[in-house]
Amino acid sequence: MIEVKDINKSFGENHVLQGISGVFQSGITNLIIGGSGSGKTTLLKCMIGLHQPEVGTVDYDDREFTSMNFEERIEIRKEIGMLFQGSALFDSMTVEENIMFPLNMFTEQTAAEKLDRANFCLERVNLEGKNKLYPAELSGGMKKRVGIARAIAMNPKYLFVDEPNSGLDPKTSIVIDELIKELTEEYNTTTIVVTHDMNSVMGIGDYILFLHEGKKFWEGSNKEIAHTDIAELNDFVFASRFMKAAKGKF
Amino acid sequence: MNFTNFGKYILLLKAVFRRPEKTKIYVKAIFTQMDFIGVGSLGLISIISTFIGAVMTLQIAFQLVSDFIPKTIIGSVNRDSSILELSPTITAIVLAGKIGSAISSEIGTMRVSEQIDALEIMGINSPGYLILPKIIAGITMVPMLVTISMFLSIGGGYLGGTLSGAVTPADYILGVTTDFNPYTIVVSLTKAFVFGFIITSVPAYEGFYVKGGALEVAQASTRAVVVSCISILACDYIITQLLL
Repeated sequence: MIEVKDINKSFGENHVLQGISGVFQSGITNLIIGGSGSGKTTLLKCMIGLHQPEVGTVDYDDREFTSMNFEERIEIRKEIGMLFQGSALFDSMTVEENIMFPLNMFTEQTAAEKLDRANFCLERVNLEGKNKLYPAELSGGMKKRVGIARAIAMNPKYLFVDEPNSGLDPKTSIVIDELIKELTEEYNTTTIVVTHDMNSVMGIGDYILFLHEGKKFWEGSNKEIAHTDIAELNDFVFASRFMKAAKGKF
Repeated sequence: MNFTNFGKYILLLKAVFRRPEKTKIYVKAIFTQMDFIGVGSLGLISIISTFIGAVMTLQIAFQLVSDFIPKTIIGSVNRDSSILELSPTITAIVLAGKIGSAISSEIGTMRVSEQIDALEIMGINSPGYLILPKIIAGITMVPMLVTISMFLSIGGGYLGGTLSGAVTPADYILGVTTDFNPYTIVVSLTKAFVFGFIITSVPAYEGFYVKGGALEVAQASTRAVVVSCISILACDYIITQLLL
């Protein structure tokens, strides 16, 4: 479980996050949603320590992350897996080396054990046999899947996913969403997905936190999101003509 | 660099020298960088050093026209100039362009494509992992390249001088071997060590703090070369003042 309490973050005069609180449970898919510039990625970066909030705390299973020093944070970070928006695969390494990288850095496993783990992770994301390819040789969807394989290589307790569907076609997006949901339930991870993709919201949003102009406007599940009377949320969810037309059917 | 940048540079260096997560991985990275910086630059440094030695000999011979000055002085002036100034400084400036821009753009690209963030999230000390092997490779390989450059520059002077007839082989060799002061080697290698540190750490700093995209990476790369060259020349003066 990850709990954020009263997070505030500014860049100069721009108050990006204002008093955000929320509890993200394990074993379910938690979504942070909101329009562009609403502060979702900044919140994610505050949670993983890439930004330091001015006010507020982030607790990983009652361990206060925000007040930890560099060495203490490393211990938490070994329990974190993350898929970045652009996948952030290491260009100079093959798919296999990318997945084995955290294992090389933090475990004493033999080469055969690490290779077995890499193969298992690749199999899990349906990319068997792609070990020797370089990131430049992969499609956008394959990069995302390799990113997920690398993220789960160390059996993380916490999985962060930033815009998993950006730049992907709808079919591949669903594959990625389903994969994230499966892994979350299978390994009981605390998964937090930052997205503005409505298919993801409706498909895998067990818990949803909606941000608007740096403030938390709403929280609930994908079953509840269509039935709120919050104007900002309705504007976001039912922005497209298709969604407007489908509104009464939810 | 203004004071803010200098402060950030020092803080980055502090992070670079934190204890490595796994020594074996760092050692492998150091050898890779030594190959890139040392072996990869050997050809270029050899060509430049040989020609500079040859040109220096011709220019010294051109300027020493007095009958009162023995021709052997050409060899000894070329030797001392090569050892004390030309080999370390020219090598460093050439490497600042070749290695510095590569380091800056490599790290800068990793920054803008979130690869450095990925390292941080994994719990890896990214400055240490990315920059320490480059600095160690720089401070070991640049002195080696400078040593090779000294020999080639003096050898190039021999070729240039004798082929053009500016000096006889016997006079040149007598000049090179007369009144040699080994302390000049100490000064030269001290310079090479400091330059090796600058050539790797300054571009790494410029790349590490890039914000933006491809344009900013290119700008950081240019800035890295400019700042490295100026730092090399400033340190060259300071070391020469202190040691000679």
